[in-house]
Amino acid sequence: MQLKKLSAACTLAFAAMLGTPAQAQISGDTIKIGIITDMSSVYADIDGAGGVEAIKLAIADAGGAINGKKIEIVFADHQNKADVAAAKAREWFDTQGVDMLIGGTNSGTALAMSKVAAEKKKPFLVVGAATSALTGDQCSPYTVHWAYDTVALAKGTGGAVVKSGGKSWYFLTADYAFGAALQNDTSAVVKAAGGTIVGSVKHPLNASDFSSFLLQAQSSKAQILGMANAGGDTINTIKAANEFGITKTMKLAGLLVFINDIHSLGLKTTQGMYLTDSWYWNQNAETRAWARRFFEKMKRMPSSLQAGDYSATTQYLAAVKATGSDDADKVLAQMKKSKVNDIFAKGGFIREDGRMVHDMYLMQVKSPDKSTEPWDYYNVVETIKGEAAWTAKADTKCPAWK
Amino acid sequence: MEIFGIPLQAFLGQLMLGLVNGSFYAMLSLGLAVIFGLLGIVNFAHGALYMIGAYVAWGSLEYLGLNYWAALVIAPLVVGALGVLIERTLLQQLYKIDPIYGLLLTFGLALIAEGIFRDQFGVSGQQYPVPELLQGATNLGFMVLPNYRAWVIVASLLVCFGTWYTIERTRLGSYLRAGTENPALVQAFGINVPVMVMLTYAAGAGLAAIAGVLAAPVIQITPLMGSNLIIVVFAVVVIGGMGSILGSILTGLVLGIIEGLTKVFYPEASNIVVFVIMAIVLMIRPAGLFGKEK
Amino acid sequence: MDTARLARMAWIAGLLLLIAAPFIGLYPIFMMKALCFAIFACAFNLLLGYTGLLSFGHAAYLGTAAYATGWLVRSAGWSPELGVLAGTLIAAATGLVVGLIAIRRQGIYFAMVTLAMAQMIYFVFLQAPFTGGEDGLQGVPRGKLFGLLPLANDTVMYFVVLAVFVAVFLFVIRVVHSPYGQVLKAIRENEPRAVSLGYDVDRYKLLAFVLSTGLAGLAGSLKTLVLGFATLSDAHWSLSGEVVLMTLLGGMGTFAGPVLGAFTIIGLQNFLADRVGSWVTVIIGVIFVVCVVAFRRGFVGELLAWQQRRRKA
Repeated sequence: MQLKKLSAACTLAFAAMLGTPAQAQISGDTIKIGIITDMSSVYADIDGAGGVEAIKLAIADAGGAINGKKIEIVFADHQNKADVAAAKAREWFDTQGVDMLIGGTNSGTALAMSKVAAEKKKPFLVVGAATSALTGDQCSPYTVHWAYDTVALAKGTGGAVVKSGGKSWYFLTADYAFGAALQNDTSAVVKAAGGTIVGSVKHPLNASDFSSFLLQAQSSKAQILGMANAGGDTINTIKAANEFGITKTMKLAGLLVFINDIHSLGLKTTQGMYLTDSWYWNQNAETRAWARRFFEKMKRMPSSLQAGDYSATTQYLAAVKATGSDDADKVLAQMKKSKVNDIFAKGGFIREDGRMVHDMYLMQVKSPDKSTEPWDYYNVVETIKGEAAWTAKADTKCPAWK
Repeated sequence: MEIFGIPLQAFLGQLMLGLVNGSFYAMLSLGLAVIFGLLGIVNFAHGALYMIGAYVAWGSLEYLGLNYWAALVIAPLVVGALGVLIERTLLQQLYKIDPIYGLLLTFGLALIAEGIFRDQFGVSGQQYPVPELLQGATNLGFMVLPNYRAWVIVASLLVCFGTWYTIERTRLGSYLRAGTENPALVQAFGINVPVMVMLTYAAGAGLAAIAGVLAAPVIQITPLMGSNLIIVVFAVVVIGGMGSILGSILTGLVLGIIEGLTKVFYPEASNIVVFVIMAIVLMIRPAGLFGKEK
Repeated sequence: MDTARLARMAWIAGLLLLIAAPFIGLYPIFMMKALCFAIFACAFNLLLGYTGLLSFGHAAYLGTAAYATGWLVRSAGWSPELGVLAGTLIAAATGLVVGLIAIRRQGIYFAMVTLAMAQMIYFVFLQAPFTGGEDGLQGVPRGKLFGLLPLANDTVMYFVVLAVFVAVFLFVIRVVHSPYGQVLKAIRENEPRAVSLGYDVDRYKLLAFVLSTGLAGLAGSLKTLVLGFATLSDAHWSLSGEVVLMTLLGGMGTFAGPVLGAFTIIGLQNFLADRVGSWVTVIIGVIFVVCVVAFRRGFVGELLAWQQRRRKA
């Protein structure tokens, strides 16, 4: 018991030092952008290090400095843990002088960071997370939801698939908040468009085997299998659907699918699948040019989220330049006044509830013979214009926007 | 025709799938039971070894062009060698002390393996194609069963009963069993017990690897595939009785089927049904269904 | 120099350091988090180090209390002290249920059973709507302690947490040195002999289990107030593994060990999080392996052993 406490004091001090960054630095001289995203887990490919790279491209394109103040980036891995994300965000605002926070994938982390940003009164641009609550009942004047949300996915894939003839639906849903929200939002849209929900089944998150759920889906005789899941679960579902011949009798509708998932699975298994996304690299000359710059650095084509990271950063920096300040309220006011015109969106704008309104795209995966080069995977079936893609004012749950 | 409100077709289909899953559970819990029953080590690294087996299969296809059948031989050899390494350098020192250290060591090893593979491969996972011979599906009338899944059932049963037979019915098996109960005596008969122990661990690891290769065409090969399964497999082993090889095999199969049925009638509970059964079994028979009270 | 005096100075130095922390630039949120996990590790050590029971799913109780307190304070409007109390009791009750099932088995089997039960609890939290599942239970306000102390102020919150930590620490010392604690020690050293002496060993073990899970719950409840949310990570088996490591690394069966272990691991994770990504898992794994093979006594244990050797020389 004796000498213990001596070592206790020393090691405590040492360990505490390990955990504490250097004395608080106020970034009077730099514009610091922080991104907290999943860098090592399920979503590392669709955002992750590529997202950081995209932001660096935006910083370079803005000249690297504004009015003499250097632009810096810091990044952290939240490992899909809301507590890690919130703690890191708080620490960055308190002690590192971060001026603007970008939120990567995972709704739980985004919600947590949104609260911290509101408390610290700093701008929080969410690019990767899906939950519409960020501009719904958890909306905040400091949070801007940039790329997509569950409502847009629902309106896109749900509405457009029904219009193309997919009237009867069966849902395979990841049994957690995100999956349930996606299923609810899509069901509402399908029914409003005249479709029917034949049934649904919930599967545990990270299930390794979907065969039994798919069997149930098949016996429902629905036309469309709506996959209200993401990442590895979606990939496994698609694999199994092919294996069990489900794809012969049902069409797959991916409610949250990124180009990296298609790349992982290959066109043979995914051809014909519908999905909604906010951006595709191969749409026009401008997007292609930017995508190739990204490709040089990352050796793969950018996902819509990575493009979103670039766009959010670009618009933020433009607003900083326009106002000549990095004061949060001034910059956000400027951003909300301006239109978003860049490689990510044309004619986009930020609404009172924090939603960045822009076009969404319903896409269908090409068959292997129609694909002209690697990563050329999609046909754009329909463009869902502007306001039509998002929560309408009549339905909003955001108290500030009623 | 309906059973409890579910059409017979769907019911039988789910039973079939449950049998496939059960085969995996049986194979994995077999390896665990072998290692625990004979060595007294709770091999938390078992999930990681399973995962490495799958990656070896993928890697040998990707980089060496070796097919599935070759992988079935190579993966257990490679992972078995890894097992030898682990046993010689690390586990050996822990036999004489409290078994929880063996558990903690293998837990740490699992973390290391998972972290390294995650760093290398990310979490999105790799694809592994079904071998040509086993492609396609057979229409059983009540469902379409991919041929590969039928193969999984057959292969698992072969491996499981082969292992059981070796341990319970052959002389080698009896040396193994005796050697772990009373090493000094067996050593006195001229049998090299430490080498036997080492090979046993390696064999357990090899079994995990075979399960990994079998799983590769079915599910995503990801660094997390082991940790997702391992705790369920532990529960299976506890239910079966931690020292009993036959117990693990049978329990694995039965639980796979029960889990499959739960997915039909009460899907939200399919994750926890194994643990609920474990709790019940422990109340009634603390040593597990086939276990011996130690 | 007289080691007793040296030790007393060290105790005081340590306490002074903790008291001064917010004023010398140590980030209070980090310190509070570390203190909560120090409580968790002390609770765990009571079971492992002093009773010899390895509970391999201890995070379940931290998570249970975290969610309970979070929900009560946020959605039912309870005041923080009642919320924390309720969380602690609910965790202890959960521990009682699990304990009743698990106590029948010993050693490794006990560990396996606790792990499986903890997994079940995890999956229940995953599905239950009130936890918010993967999103977590967010937006828990800190409120006013006893209606007076505004906990939203980080410094005030810090001293409250520190006070609770010191209380728990002293409580553990008291339990270990009590007659009850002596019996626990006897059970750890040689259970059959304790049985032969007429002790109802299962009763003692169960009580230790409930105490340990209750205190783990206390750590979880506090943590929820500090950070403002409860998430699935609070109940995940990887956290169960981490608390084992904290105790092992710091020194099982010592008082300061778990505290050191907690600070080290939390500090390490904080420091490495943005620098090395997946390698944090590898590093934790390596520390585990090294500890088990070569450093079983942990920091404090090794220090004590060294001191013993010096005395003999």
